[in-house]
Amino acid sequence: MEILVCARRVPDTSENEIELNSAGNDIERDDLVYSINEPDNYAVEEALQIVSRIGGSVTVVTVGGEDDEEILRREMAMGATHGVLISDDAFGGSDGRGIATILKAFVQKGKYDLVLTGVQAEDGGAQVGGMLAAMLDYPFASLVNSIEVLDGGKLKISREIAGGNKEMNEIDLPCVLSIQTGINEPRYVGMRGIRQVASVPIPTYGASDLGVDPGAVGQAAAKVKRVDYFVPALGKGAEMLQGSREEIVEKVVELVAAKGGLK
Amino acid sequence: MARIFTYIAHKSGVPDDSAAELMAAARKIDAASSPTAIVTGWGPDLDAVCSSLQSSYAETWKISNEALVYPNAELVRKALVKVLPPGSILLVAHEHFGIDLAPGLSVKMNAAFVSDVLGIEGIEGSTLRLIRQEFGGQVSAHVQCDISSGAVITLRPGAFKPLEQASANGVVADKSPELGPLTAGRRYLETIVAEAGDVDITKHAVLVSIGRGIQEKNNVAIAQELADALGAAVSCSRPVVDAKWLEKSRQVGSSGKTVKPQVYLACGISGSFQHLAGIKGNPFIVAINKNPKAPIFQVADVGIVDDLLEFLPELTNKIREMHSVSVK
Ligand SMILES: Cc1cc2nc3c(=O)[nH]c(=O)nc-3n(C[C@H](O)[C@H](O)[C@H](O)COP(=O)(O)OP(=O)(O)OC[C@H]3O[C@@H](n4cnc5c(N)ncnc54)[C@H](O)[C@@H]3O)c2cc1C
Repeated sequence: MEILVCARRVPDTSENEIELNSAGNDIERDDLVYSINEPDNYAVEEALQIVSRIGGSVTVVTVGGEDDEEILRREMAMGATHGVLISDDAFGGSDGRGIATILKAFVQKGKYDLVLTGVQAEDGGAQVGGMLAAMLDYPFASLVNSIEVLDGGKLKISREIAGGNKEMNEIDLPCVLSIQTGINEPRYVGMRGIRQVASVPIPTYGASDLGVDPGAVGQAAAKVKRVDYFVPALGKGAEMLQGSREEIVEKVVELVAAKGGLK
Repeated sequence: MARIFTYIAHKSGVPDDSAAELMAAARKIDAASSPTAIVTGWGPDLDAVCSSLQSSYAETWKISNEALVYPNAELVRKALVKVLPPGSILLVAHEHFGIDLAPGLSVKMNAAFVSDVLGIEGIEGSTLRLIRQEFGGQVSAHVQCDISSGAVITLRPGAFKPLEQASANGVVADKSPELGPLTAGRRYLETIVAEAGDVDITKHAVLVSIGRGIQEKNNVAIAQELADALGAAVSCSRPVVDAKWLEKSRQVGSSGKTVKPQVYLACGISGSFQHLAGIKGNPFIVAINKNPKAPIFQVADVGIVDDLLEFLPELTNKIREMHSVSVK
């Protein structure tokens, strides 16, 4: 099975304190730790596992800039067959639909049976996979947490719905699935693995290579634009306990006891 | 002004709680608007939903088709594309069905798409100003959206307070004949209900809840020791389950369990909305986090900025000490 995984490099929110820059139009990006968007990594692992069962290849693609090559190499070190960077000045400021338009052009240049994305990105909102599927007229399923390949060009998948319940579906190939975290246990990637793929060339495609009309993507075509970032004025917020650890421990015990939390 | 529609999810003949929230959101877009509810389904359940919406919605569009008996997003999308007038604004709850439906629908309607919206600031000409959160809720963003060819917007559950309103005495319009045959490349098979686990976290008055900040499987014991000293249970956020450090039945949140404890100790949990959605009944929340900016501190009663791996054992010791004193 030929599988394409669409992935992104994002600031890692569990590693960073996100702050606004002084102009308020972006977050402070210096010193941020970036990594592959978490569900995208699960999507690559899932693709690798399918291919190891039934054969095929895994291509990881990202729309971005030179810095984003880092995640492509990481996923190639995991075992992805190819990494592809899609990059063009005309793509800057694209909204979700712009990104889906670019990816659609790339998908149509190849021949993929299955396209995977992560469920959502830190600053996105679960949009590109569903849009891409609609543009390609492929069936789509979101929040996928298991995949079984059936005979006859079909998959059996489960979707995660409320309360941890699973919605089982059958879906025709080719299709687009958005992958939820926890679907598998992504393999570990060591420095050594990354060094081994450090000099593998990564093909880069721009608007003209893909036949994308620059007017249909990028800032100018975006229907949705972020105006600024802000930190909302909060409600009352938590009472922050101060003092030595010992004093704080005593205070917590007192408070928890007062709320009936001590037997 | 574009016409506003709300997509009403339902179960066993009862509209989802989001029905009233979507109405409140529509009024934030345009205070004078009278949004139209759209309901898809089949049989007596569908009729029951439509009639109960008559008290809150002036108009409800009923879309009845046997293929829609289970809400398959691809079929619902095809139905909506047929009936929605061009340029409409459609509001949908941001949960597992909305996530499935909305992005593709926006493409087919050639409309703008914004997901997981928490606030609506209003409309100016054809620009709608919205508020979203990014980076796990650490920052918010103002977003502007060009609605000149319509919009599909998913709204965060719980973000819009239902309005008090007089009974609408509304009408139900049957739009089913406009549909034609419906087929999809994805077919619903069955729903598998989550298995019960070894510990029922929904029954505990005190929960020691751990997040990604617990860092590794071996450290789970630190939380268990505190829970034992307190007579509490250990619950967790999603990454702890994803990493297989605890069973799924311990997960609190929208895709896990809903808990109603008296006291909730959130240890190394950032406070994402999907996690908070599982905490009900207004418990006393104590948050321990090494990041002073963690969103959990916005909702906790008491906050401690510390390394949980050092703080929790001291807390456990203190409680054990008290027990041994009270025994003597
Ligand atoms: C459709 C969908 C459904 C979801 N359902 C759920 C759900 O049901 N439940 C759920 O929980 N999540 C759910 N999520 C995931 C959710 O969006 C968050 O990713 C998740 O809740 C984050 O978990 P966390 O707070 O443990 O991890 P993080 O956000 O990574 O936070 C870890 C925190 O630990 C702190 N920390 C790290 N080390 C230490 C230390 N030594 N001492 C003290 N603090 C430390 C960090 O400062 C950080 O604040 C869902 C997501 C999606 C897309």
